[in-house]
Amino acid sequence: MNRFGVVALGAALILAIVATVAPFFLRRYGIYLISMWAVLTIAAIGLNLTLGYAGQVSLAQGAFVGIGAYTVALLTQSGWPYPAAFVCAGALCFAIGWVLGYPALRVAHHYLAFVTLAFTTLVFLVLRNEEWLTNGIYGINGIERPMFFGWSTGSALDFYFFCLGMLAVLSAATWWMLRSPWGRAFLALRENPIRALSLGLDTRRYTLMAFAIGSSLGGMAGALYAPLVQFIEPGSFGLGMSFNLLLMVIVGGSGYFFGPFVGALVAVLLPEWTRFTEGYYLLIYAALVMVMMAFSPSGLLGLVERVSKVMTRRAASPLALRAKGTEP
Amino acid sequence: MESFIQLLVSGLATGAIYALIAVGFSLLWQTSHTINFAQGEFVMLPAFFILAAMNAGAPFWLAALIGIALSVVVLGFLFKVVIVDPMLKYGVLPLVISTIALSLFLKEAAKDFYSSQAQPFPTLVPATDLEVFGAVVSTQSLAVLLVAIVTVVALHLLLHKTRLGRSMQATAQNPTLARILGIPVERMVLYTFLLNAVLVAIASILITPIYLAKFTNGEVLGMAAFLAAIIGGFNQVRGAILGGVILGVLDNLSAVYISSQYRGAFPLLILIAVILLRPHGLLGRAEERTV
Repeated sequence: MNRFGVVALGAALILAIVATVAPFFLRRYGIYLISMWAVLTIAAIGLNLTLGYAGQVSLAQGAFVGIGAYTVALLTQSGWPYPAAFVCAGALCFAIGWVLGYPALRVAHHYLAFVTLAFTTLVFLVLRNEEWLTNGIYGINGIERPMFFGWSTGSALDFYFFCLGMLAVLSAATWWMLRSPWGRAFLALRENPIRALSLGLDTRRYTLMAFAIGSSLGGMAGALYAPLVQFIEPGSFGLGMSFNLLLMVIVGGSGYFFGPFVGALVAVLLPEWTRFTEGYYLLIYAALVMVMMAFSPSGLLGLVERVSKVMTRRAASPLALRAKGTEP
Repeated sequence: MESFIQLLVSGLATGAIYALIAVGFSLLWQTSHTINFAQGEFVMLPAFFILAAMNAGAPFWLAALIGIALSVVVLGFLFKVVIVDPMLKYGVLPLVISTIALSLFLKEAAKDFYSSQAQPFPTLVPATDLEVFGAVVSTQSLAVLLVAIVTVVALHLLLHKTRLGRSMQATAQNPTLARILGIPVERMVLYTFLLNAVLVAIASILITPIYLAKFTNGEVLGMAAFLAAIIGGFNQVRGAILGGVILGVLDNLSAVYISSQYRGAFPLLILIAVILLRPHGLLGRAEERTV
């Protein structure tokens, strides 16, 4: 295993331990926050796949979270078991994502941002106006938390562990996929689509695939979001959420595997930490994002990588010389 | 028929305002490849400058001038120097993210430092109704239409009949060649930012009496500007004008004749159709795709 693999494995281990131990030191609201972190991280991982790995700017991830949340809420309330509803949410978003990916084939990057922006607004309008299905602006209340083989996830702590478990499973699956030929194909697509095509990659299929898998992760995040907050309404899934998810991926570092984890953490915790500023936190968040974009467009992890590179170069250069000198 | 004329006139008035916003938007894109996601907030803000000046005791016409001047300094000069210039070297996407953050910033700033409540805003002309061919048309719509047309004509004359305007166009079309011909390219880019600031300030004065001054105004207006610019053609000023007018008229007519609940959806469907069938817009030129 190379050095990067060791670092990533270490980071994942530390993350897992902290995430498992943390809720025992937190009160109810704290547990809610870290559950939200786990759910948003899943959605952000999906967007990172589309944006960071396949290089397609999407402003539709919030809409997919909404579609997933509504699917699960409606299906479980009409008597479906939760796992079936969960799979349905993922599959539905996969299919819609695949279809939405078609414009991605036709138009260049920034136009796609507008197509997905339009899509998000359309989804919001449907959720708000089709009252027979979605109950319109009144939203859906009293969404049950699921039960598995006698283990009820009704309490905040139990549901957190359920979310954490799903995060672990889905991020492991994403990690595996990124190391597979598929993941390499996504990277090739981002770096140089024309060269990828000339090397015999079916760029059409891989672009659609990246879009669909990213969207399906958004849907699954929505499937967890609905039972977490237990009340959903169209306003939660408007452009605001899509912008927020995009900012999470960028702030964490798009194209870094752990970027979404960091970005979602910042997005969840910053409002709490800056609570003393009384409502100015969005102002501060926006200003910080602008400052960060000017100095490190590759996000916080990009910053960490740059700093660590400078440090190791400084530390390594005298060592390397010494090592050369001692060897015959 | 009467109601159709009424709807048409008010639709043209709204469309003319959208066109002003969209023209500024496409000017920024043409000269500096800035996609300004905060354009809607740029229209929201000058109204608050004007209200603040009026609270300080200035009469409306003076406050409007102060508002335009402040807008030129803050939304033109400072935006260019503080936000856009440091970001240009990273390409299109980071700047997009930065302007998304800026839109959030401006919205929150208006809410936190002025008011979260909608504020009344003075109209250009006293609101009365005129009867034209049996249809009742508000003087306000006509005044908006008049100011917008004058602005667009002035802009057209500036861009096509003056040396300055031709230099700006040259900069937009081919910066390298423009530089070789001795045009101060950086200054021309700055001028388009100042021009955009003037346009959004005028749009702000026209639209705010209808919408009231509210910090969330930018969301709808920004969306309208993108839609208009893309439908008409991103890289053409007349495309943006056409797009704005289509959008305004369509919005008003579809709300009455098809469905008021889905009035927001029709422009989006047109957008998706245009992008799929004519990605460079109705009047736009196809841009070479960069690898």
